[in-house]
Amino acid sequence: MTNPKDCQPIITVRGLRNSFGEQVVHEGLDLTVCRGEILGVVGGSGTGKSVLLRSIIGLQTPDAGEIEVLGENMVGRNDDEAKNIRRRWGILFQNGALFSTLTVAENVEVPIREYFPFIQPPLLDEIASYKIAMALLPPDAGPKYPSELSGGMVKRAGIARALALDPDLLFLDEPTSGLDPIAAAGFDELIRSLQQRLGLTVFLITHDLDTLHSICDRVAVLADKKVIGVGTIPELLALDHPWIQEYFNGPRGRSAAGSYEEGAGA
Amino acid sequence: MAEVTEQETDQRHGSVYRVAGAITISRAATTQREIDALPDPLTIDLSDIERMDTVGAWLIYRTVRDRGAKVIGASRDEVSLLKQVGDFDVPTRVVPDEPHNFIAGLRELGEWVAETGATLVGLLGFFGSTLIGFANVIRRPKRFRVNAVVQRFDVVGVRALGIIALMSFLIGIVIAQQGSVQLAQFGAEVYTINLIGRITVRELGTLMTAIMVAGRSGSAFAAQIGTMKITEEIDAMRTIGVSPVEALVIPRIIAAVVMMPLLAFWSMLLALIGGGMFVWLSLGIPLATYIQRLQEVTPITDLWVGLIKAPVFGFIIALAGCFQGMLVQGNSEEVGSRTTTAVVQSIFLVIVLDAVFAVFFSNIGWI
Repeated sequence: MTNPKDCQPIITVRGLRNSFGEQVVHEGLDLTVCRGEILGVVGGSGTGKSVLLRSIIGLQTPDAGEIEVLGENMVGRNDDEAKNIRRRWGILFQNGALFSTLTVAENVEVPIREYFPFIQPPLLDEIASYKIAMALLPPDAGPKYPSELSGGMVKRAGIARALALDPDLLFLDEPTSGLDPIAAAGFDELIRSLQQRLGLTVFLITHDLDTLHSICDRVAVLADKKVIGVGTIPELLALDHPWIQEYFNGPRGRSAAGSYEEGAGA
Repeated sequence: MAEVTEQETDQRHGSVYRVAGAITISRAATTQREIDALPDPLTIDLSDIERMDTVGAWLIYRTVRDRGAKVIGASRDEVSLLKQVGDFDVPTRVVPDEPHNFIAGLRELGEWVAETGATLVGLLGFFGSTLIGFANVIRRPKRFRVNAVVQRFDVVGVRALGIIALMSFLIGIVIAQQGSVQLAQFGAEVYTINLIGRITVRELGTLMTAIMVAGRSGSAFAAQIGTMKITEEIDAMRTIGVSPVEALVIPRIIAAVVMMPLLAFWSMLLALIGGGMFVWLSLGIPLATYIQRLQEVTPITDLWVGLIKAPVFGFIIALAGCFQGMLVQGNSEEVGSRTTTAVVQSIFLVIVLDAVFAVFFSNIGWI
């Protein structure tokens, strides 16, 4: 499967191999993410979606393979060298991973304080305020602690923190899991609008068929330890792989697809 | 990246702030300072900007909002970024309101009193529901979980043997060494044996074991049950019809009550051995003499005092651990704080009870 012609690679993974003891998770995995796209990554449970994400962001050292993010090689880097790349991406972990002893606003300020310690507190608070507003959180969410927030608000606060340093690249690990359909749709919309406003590239792991249909430019399918296909959903359906067929043409896949075709027709 | 800033000041037209290169978060502090230094009316010239991020846009937006500055030379992208930033200009508070110090102190005191009261009442209630659980198990012995109890015996008792042996052996040596140094001043070194025998059997064997069991098993009880509360395992048990008290609390209490005297006896034995080693190697008293003296100076009632206290301490430790575990709700952070509370509470109660026992046994003449 080829990449779009005008693709400027922002993440390139080549020949990735990951294993835990005897169990090989990835073997010869290749993937390219283009600048300015929303790439959805799908795959059955245990196909290593999260491991792929962790390898790309440097939390997991792969057995073999090359990973390039924003033009820099990621494998075998120490923390200091990776710092310059780290401030150019934002990550939303599956359960938000907000620091529980800090308020939402303080959570947003953490990356800014870390990289730009000279910014004065009043300006810091203003930056945190509009990041929170940008993530469409209510204004009274700023002084709240993570334990006081609903699931959807935790994810929005996570997005606000991920956006703190104006990243070029946003990683989202199952952003809509655990949200009700209305909150999930709202969250999809938020991701889409932020991506357009800020010119982000989004790498998104999901199980949510609605997310794939509504906001993803391309979808990468993980199976058999590698990426078996990347492309728009019609392109993937043309591949005739049994898992892809079952995923998109199963009862849930069909109903999600149907609702978007109707939406497009109306 | 070239980052040149030019400022022009002209009395008639005010000042012009002209930035070239990037206006981003990495220069936010400098940019803010430079803008603040310029007098009104201010014009911001963005025609030479290569890159602007949301923080840069915010700085400019804020200057426009607060000082009525004029922006010229902005490209279409920059205009839209400025507009977007303005769209999200909602005053948001950052930290919760801090009440007045005195009031906050009073409130904390009140909360503490209320919480301590509630904890005591809750502990009593928990004690009651444990008794009901015991009664149910006695009435229907089939509900007794032999496997769970045996497994707890292993965890609470057998696996603690090594650490308690080491701790007691060392404590025995320390008592003998410190005692002999002091008693030598009166030329009464031989009374070191009295000291070792009476203090380890009557007090320290049981007390040190209780502290070790509280740290080892009481904390584990709180953490295990607390984690099960968070993962809703306990709710699942209730809905299936299994009583959590019968399934989780009673085996742990039985294990602690049965194992504490055994461990305490083990501890006394090892402390006596440690003391004996010191007496033999350092004071030159033969082991046979040591054992004979021990039998003469340590009344058998001392052993009863030590062993009667042990199951009571075990009960208190297990009760506090399980109670704090059951109180966990909400997030995983609370498992940690409840575990700490369980250990502190059980050691505190053990020492209070130890004092009560000391008075009691003295009064009935077991001196």
